[in-house]
Amino acid sequence: MAIKLMQGNEACVAGALKAGMRFYAGYPITPSTEIAEISAEALPKVGGKFIQMEDEIAGMAATLGGSLAGLKSMTATSGPGFSLKQENIGYGIITETPCVIVNVQRSGPSTGLPTSPAQGDILQARWGTHGDHSIIALYPSSVKEIYYTTIRAFNLAEKYRTPVILLLDEIIGHMREKIEIPENDDVEIIDRKVPTCPPEEYKAFKVKEGDIVPEMAGFGTGYRYHVTGLVHDETGFPSGNELVADKLLNRLIDKIENNKDDIVTYDEYMLQDAEYAIISFGAIARSAKAAVDHLREEGIKVGLFRPITIWPSPDKQLLELGKKMKKIYVIEMNAGQYFLEVDRLAGKHTTVEKYGKINGEIITPEDIVSFVKEDQNA
Amino acid sequence: MPSGLVNQYFRTQNLAHIWCPGCGNGIVTRALVKAIDALGLDKDDVCVVSGIGCSSRAPGYLDFNTLHTTHGRALAFATGVKLANPKLNVIVVTGDGDSSAIGGNHLIHAARRNIDITTIVFNNNTYGMTGGQYSPTTPTGDKGTTAPYGNIDAAFDLCNLAQAAGASYVARGTIYAANQLEKNIIDGIKNKGFSFIEAMTTCPTYYGRKNKKGNAVDMVTYLKEHAINKIAWEKLPEEKKVGKFVIGELYSSTRPEYTEQYDRLIDSFKKGV
Amino acid sequence: MPENKEKSLTVDKEWCKGCGICVAFCPKSVLEIENGKVEIKNFDACIQCGQCELRCPDYAIYLGGNR
Repeated sequence: MAIKLMQGNEACVAGALKAGMRFYAGYPITPSTEIAEISAEALPKVGGKFIQMEDEIAGMAATLGGSLAGLKSMTATSGPGFSLKQENIGYGIITETPCVIVNVQRSGPSTGLPTSPAQGDILQARWGTHGDHSIIALYPSSVKEIYYTTIRAFNLAEKYRTPVILLLDEIIGHMREKIEIPENDDVEIIDRKVPTCPPEEYKAFKVKEGDIVPEMAGFGTGYRYHVTGLVHDETGFPSGNELVADKLLNRLIDKIENNKDDIVTYDEYMLQDAEYAIISFGAIARSAKAAVDHLREEGIKVGLFRPITIWPSPDKQLLELGKKMKKIYVIEMNAGQYFLEVDRLAGKHTTVEKYGKINGEIITPEDIVSFVKEDQNA
Repeated sequence: MPSGLVNQYFRTQNLAHIWCPGCGNGIVTRALVKAIDALGLDKDDVCVVSGIGCSSRAPGYLDFNTLHTTHGRALAFATGVKLANPKLNVIVVTGDGDSSAIGGNHLIHAARRNIDITTIVFNNNTYGMTGGQYSPTTPTGDKGTTAPYGNIDAAFDLCNLAQAAGASYVARGTIYAANQLEKNIIDGIKNKGFSFIEAMTTCPTYYGRKNKKGNAVDMVTYLKEHAINKIAWEKLPEEKKVGKFVIGELYSSTRPEYTEQYDRLIDSFKKGV
Repeated sequence: MPENKEKSLTVDKEWCKGCGICVAFCPKSVLEIENGKVEIKNFDACIQCGQCELRCPDYAIYLGGNR
């Protein structure tokens, strides 16, 4: 058992390497830069590649290029860079190119409050790139969870052939915590399925029966095929046919939305007998947990629901909470982004209130306790 | 039944191509394929990457590993592909707008790194796919749909730009002198480093019509009559160069290539240095 | 095929877009555009230089193949 004191950003790279990351392309931006720095140091030692690109857009493009050439690839950024990467994230979605995009969030819009924490990219993660699509976004809450969630992000990217967004909080990215990583950690590692058929039979975007996504050949492995951001048929060649478009675009959505049971993860605390639920994620969920303890001491039956998979949203669980709870409080470091999702689902059955901060200051347990108590007394 | 060359290297099921009558893109694409054939490269080891625009449709017709990316970003994607798998012969086909406007940053940085990618710019002096807007290579005074009174911008000399940024092989050719263009592409692919080849081509549909340059034949004739080979160019007095342009290999040098340097770094850890 | 010719000249009219580049740069006036497509009008004069194939943007004409 290796016990280490590790920063969140460091744990992210450790998890990525454990998952098999062999390619990283990015651009420096606080508060994510340590992820690039540590990758630059670690990758050549394991035969992997690191490149600092000329801008954020190129960082995303090269990450996809590395993946198409067969390597597990990652990039990391923060708000302004995440905005710049969006077009190529869409390219990754339509071409089904696995990769992990880490967004260590910071206050915005624009340069905002560099580099105070914020959880303001919840909806950008969902809808940042244009056009209809689905996306996987994960949101860990501790240094240890960053390690395992990064591994999971790679696994989901490879399994579902899609970019996976890992949302981190500046607070945890830069915080050092003790984490224990077993020496022989037998954590599951998923690799993309590659074709074994004769090259002339390979249809690069055809899903075999029983599979979720098409098999993916790396460039240079003898399977010559075409990759395009245009709507394409099963061969990969562009098509303007509405039936082809319908089939492809819906398949890309369905492969995620129809597999929520596999993709969605969450954590519950003291919800068993709860009358009220707090919903919170990332660093703020830690304040929320402390607030739950405090409120319980004061006799308020409150529990915590913490989505780890932010997108696709845990809709079944949110609906269920709506039915059970007298009230739900969504606590997030933004002006109410995830609140919209909770209200859309749980709001059908109960009242959903929001509490947020957008001034760069952390939401403390005391903030949450007084917010809930004021609401209860109102 | 297409020619042997076309049969061997093109995805003939996707032909005829989408390019307009008299568009020179097909001539440049053929020169590229002839060069690959002359070099005897294995099709599995060739990766052709493009951005967005008329020229960027070329990879869809070619039987290699092909990647049609986002506008301007071909070189950034190609950099990822090449670094991840240096055994691939990576060739970028791009247009003047794709490579030097929206993708200008990636062009200068790929050149600076001297990464072993051969870039062929199909320069038709306009944005063809969007209907003839002026581009960074539209000559000053010429018209585009967004320069209805004539373009007041100065044009890039793309070869000078690439050379200044660090490309280790630079050449310019035309679709008229297609054999020489092929030779330059061969040398560009052979060069271990960043190679930049500007292929002057024609857009009779938009640029030609808007600027009264005549039909496709007139435009190819213009390229024939105004392109001067490097050797002749150097002997030409300055006043005779006016209105003309130089073609052929313009620059060649040897300097460390990016992926080789990275591989050396990896090797240093293997040896425990 | 005339005896002095090693190769035939093949035209694919489906691919030809009738731009006329091959006609203009054929040194022996072998070709013509007729009804928007290239026609081999005087194969006897063909010197097998391949200029037509070199500059055909549509891969619609080449030396070789069966006429």
